[in-house]
Amino acid sequence: MKPAPFAYARATTLAEVFDVLETHGDAARLLAGGQSLIAALNLRLASPSLLLDINGVAALRGVTFADGLLRIGALTRHAELGADPLVAQHAPLLAQAVPHIAHAAIRSRGSIGGSLALADPAAELPACALALEAVLVLASRGGERRVAAADFFPGLYQTALRGDEVLAAVEIPSRAGAACTLQELARRHGDYAIVGLAAQRLGQGVRLAWFGVGPTPLRTPRAEAAFAAGDVAGAQAALAGELDPPEDLHGPPALRLHLARVLLGRAAAALKGH
Amino acid sequence: MSELSAVDRPNSYIGRSVPRPNAKRLVAGRGQYVDDLRLPRMVHVAFLRSPHAHARILSIDSAAAKSAPGVVRVVTGAEMAAVCTPWVGVLHHLKGLKSAPQHALAVDRACWQGEPVVAVVARSRAEAEDAVGLVEVAWEELPATVDMETALANGTPVIHPELGDNLAFQREHVGGEPEACFADADSVVVQASFHTGRHTGVCLEGRAILADYNPAEGRLTAYHSNQAPHMMQTVFAKHLGLREGDVRVVCRDVGGSYGIKVHVYPDEMATAALSKMLGRPVKFAADRIEGMVSDIHARDHRITARAAVTRDGVITAMEIDDLTGIGPYSVYPRTSAVEGNQVVNLCGGPYGLRGYKARTTVVFQNKTPTCQYRAVGHPIATTVTEGLVDLAAEAIGMDPAEIRRRNLLADDVYPFRNLAGLAFEGLSHHACLTKLLAMMDYEGLKAERDALRAKGVYRGIGLASFIELTNPSPFMYGIGGARISAMDGATVRLDPDGSVSVASGVTEQGQGTEAMLAQITAGAVGVDVARVRVTTGDTETTPYGGGTWASRGAGIGGEAALQAGNALRQQILVIAGAMLQAAPESLDVRGGVVVDRATGAERLPLEELGRIVYFRGDTLPKDLPRELVATRHYTPKDYPFAFTNGAQASYLEVDVETGFVKLLKHWCVEDCGTVINPMLVDEQIRGGVVQGLGGALLEHCVYSPEGQLLTGSLADYLLPMSGEMPDIAVAHVETPTKESALGAKGAGEAGTAGAPAAVQNAINDALRPLGARVFAQPFTPARILTALGKI
Repeated sequence: MKPAPFAYARATTLAEVFDVLETHGDAARLLAGGQSLIAALNLRLASPSLLLDINGVAALRGVTFADGLLRIGALTRHAELGADPLVAQHAPLLAQAVPHIAHAAIRSRGSIGGSLALADPAAELPACALALEAVLVLASRGGERRVAAADFFPGLYQTALRGDEVLAAVEIPSRAGAACTLQELARRHGDYAIVGLAAQRLGQGVRLAWFGVGPTPLRTPRAEAAFAAGDVAGAQAALAGELDPPEDLHGPPALRLHLARVLLGRAAAALKGH
Repeated sequence: MSELSAVDRPNSYIGRSVPRPNAKRLVAGRGQYVDDLRLPRMVHVAFLRSPHAHARILSIDSAAAKSAPGVVRVVTGAEMAAVCTPWVGVLHHLKGLKSAPQHALAVDRACWQGEPVVAVVARSRAEAEDAVGLVEVAWEELPATVDMETALANGTPVIHPELGDNLAFQREHVGGEPEACFADADSVVVQASFHTGRHTGVCLEGRAILADYNPAEGRLTAYHSNQAPHMMQTVFAKHLGLREGDVRVVCRDVGGSYGIKVHVYPDEMATAALSKMLGRPVKFAADRIEGMVSDIHARDHRITARAAVTRDGVITAMEIDDLTGIGPYSVYPRTSAVEGNQVVNLCGGPYGLRGYKARTTVVFQNKTPTCQYRAVGHPIATTVTEGLVDLAAEAIGMDPAEIRRRNLLADDVYPFRNLAGLAFEGLSHHACLTKLLAMMDYEGLKAERDALRAKGVYRGIGLASFIELTNPSPFMYGIGGARISAMDGATVRLDPDGSVSVASGVTEQGQGTEAMLAQITAGAVGVDVARVRVTTGDTETTPYGGGTWASRGAGIGGEAALQAGNALRQQILVIAGAMLQAAPESLDVRGGVVVDRATGAERLPLEELGRIVYFRGDTLPKDLPRELVATRHYTPKDYPFAFTNGAQASYLEVDVETGFVKLLKHWCVEDCGTVINPMLVDEQIRGGVVQGLGGALLEHCVYSPEGQLLTGSLADYLLPMSGEMPDIAVAHVETPTKESALGAKGAGEAGTAGAPAAVQNAINDALRPLGARVFAQPFTPARILTALGKI
């Protein structure tokens, strides 16, 4: 299919981005890597009147580390994320996630900001942001505000972004030396996972962030508590009360619940071996 | 000196992996697929398709669409019916098969989600799609018949009331004494209910047609992504009111077909009709989304089956009850009863049974129509047959390889007619199985499997023997009244520069048909293969023929090319004999040079012969024939089909915690007679295996209870990807058919025929220690975990 007609503009500064958002509001969509948006346009699932290409906005690029905080620019491509030494040192969970994201061509274009702003509940990076307790930097004409990942995904394909805001960067306190693992089950490598788990040790605790099991990436506090106490079986049992997975083409809710328990056991083994 | 065989000639390319002549052009992006073609005044069509599985069209408001930018014409079913007559997909020899008239655009009623309803023609495809969004159709939703299991039940809506019921076709066949075998007190009876999931063949290049009706000539030229140009010539002529001679169908590069592009599709017929209505070229290129609901589907079968086996391992009988849902129409002109009919014909095929009973019931439903897809019926029949064989082996405690050794038809029994009525000229089941077991180190693999089981790793080995129908004679379609040629021709010509051209009625869709034709022709004439140019896929410039389907390209088209090439060589030798004052029998053509047959001494280059014949014919004897062009045709006559055979094996690991299957290795040994190009044949086998593996594990057209396709994009319809595919080892046994000088049988479908059965048996072998079995494809994690009692 062909997309419905749309206008195209290219921004090089955040100020230009804000101008367009003010003028066009919801009728404009930001184009970053385009790996989900362009497909949606071609399927006519989305028909914005204007595509604003932000790939030339330098302020959205780059990975830096200062004062114990890793800052990842929103335009950082998945491939860059997977190859960046600062990411590997301070947020190795992200580096682990990258090979699971789609295929090489998509990883070369797709960006972390695009993935988080799309908020696909089956995607790896939103769950990683949750497990890492990342903070998302949202920029607007009025300045920046910071939103915890836990507050960024209110519902299916929904985010805390306002219409006048751009996701500028992701900030993550250094998780250097803390064990982590990303486990997922997909029928074919690169597909969205049937069930996925991003697990991150934090001090004595653990963050278990799930993807593919609900309308948003989500954590399971009771399972985390049991898991942190060394009771993996208890954590697996707790999932029944904390996950309410949907039925879909892969199978009934019981399939995902079962697979989540299996992944939790595998995550325990992976973290133990770390 | 006796004539050397085609294979043994000094200049022969048969049995050599010659690179395909079109590969470089295609890799360089210089192919000419239909969507690459642009004609002056060309316009594009997009279709409004039914969003409902079954709905009455109350009214259509196309006013807004007609005034949209770029729109040339908006056409409804009623207007289309005045230009393009409807068709009915039946064949006389499939007794009792019935179907309803099908229109290019739905007239009063849409019968599946995706049926084309309104055509919008515009300057660009994008503008046509924009305008499609402006067409308003008032629908009255009708109850849909979706589940084939209840299609014949009382109270289920009858899709075509004039037909009386939803039964399209039923056939029962009994051979030998099945009842006695099943009643034998000393035999064990095993049974299972098998499901093969509805799936489709996904071509890299979607369906496409560029129709150019020229009112000044009254002629239609259709550039078509299709396998059977002459069949389409007939169809376009018949339903658009033209003479066959006034229709030209051109199939240039075709990006995969697998049987998908050998059927009559309403949107393609509508495109040709629109060109006639508008008097200008109209292009239609199906996108992936509309392809998923409009390309034919296949293999939607439930088969309840049982087998009787004696305690010492003789399988005496099989009984098969097949049910298949084919959508609302039998597809024209090959019909949608063929797949079920093949299940009846093919089950039990590799084995010597004493009793055989099989029935197929083919029903209408409100889903995308099904029809012939690569290895028609074979993957189903092989899955059922080989599943029963493994159940029988398990029931009597016999090794799966051993029970096959005891029951496969002996290699010296041929010619042989089996209880299903199939005639086999010469098969090699035992040779193939023996080679397969050696290749895979069967005993070593079993030891490895058993050792790993002790460590909680569940691996399985699955075997599958199969037969495969190739080289069909007129008994396939012609006998049923369809104008689908079983004969093919080749015209081979020598030009003055010593180059050779061959034009053939069989077609190329990426499998290497043109390489095969070039090799055979080069060897037959006696020239370097690089000097042979091949033309296929044009009703105007090639001999009449059937095209490429049912694994007929090499066996039929190749034989015609061989005979034509031999005839041209004889013509050359007669002329050369006159020029050299030598007996033609004492000469030969090798490497583009006329040589002394006995010594190989070079006597006359073909370009010199060509120069004299074409430009200085005055120097030749007056009565010397000067034809340097020969046409020969070939059609199989001794057997209705040239059956091939083979054996496949799968080695895989089931993760019994997750239900995921990891394919570790796959083997295929097959016998297609003479192998012309080993590389091409091996890749055909591998590609076919992968399509079989896709159906076994991943591909599935899933419908909602309302008849909505839920797997309508490649995000949900899971194609096999290279990362999940195992290494596929291929080997051959060669039993040439004696019907032809070439001895080639078909190779294109064997991989698909046996792969799902091998995977099914391997999964069940892996699960055996846990007491679980699966018989419903695709074998998904959910189905395997359910069988294991884990969910």
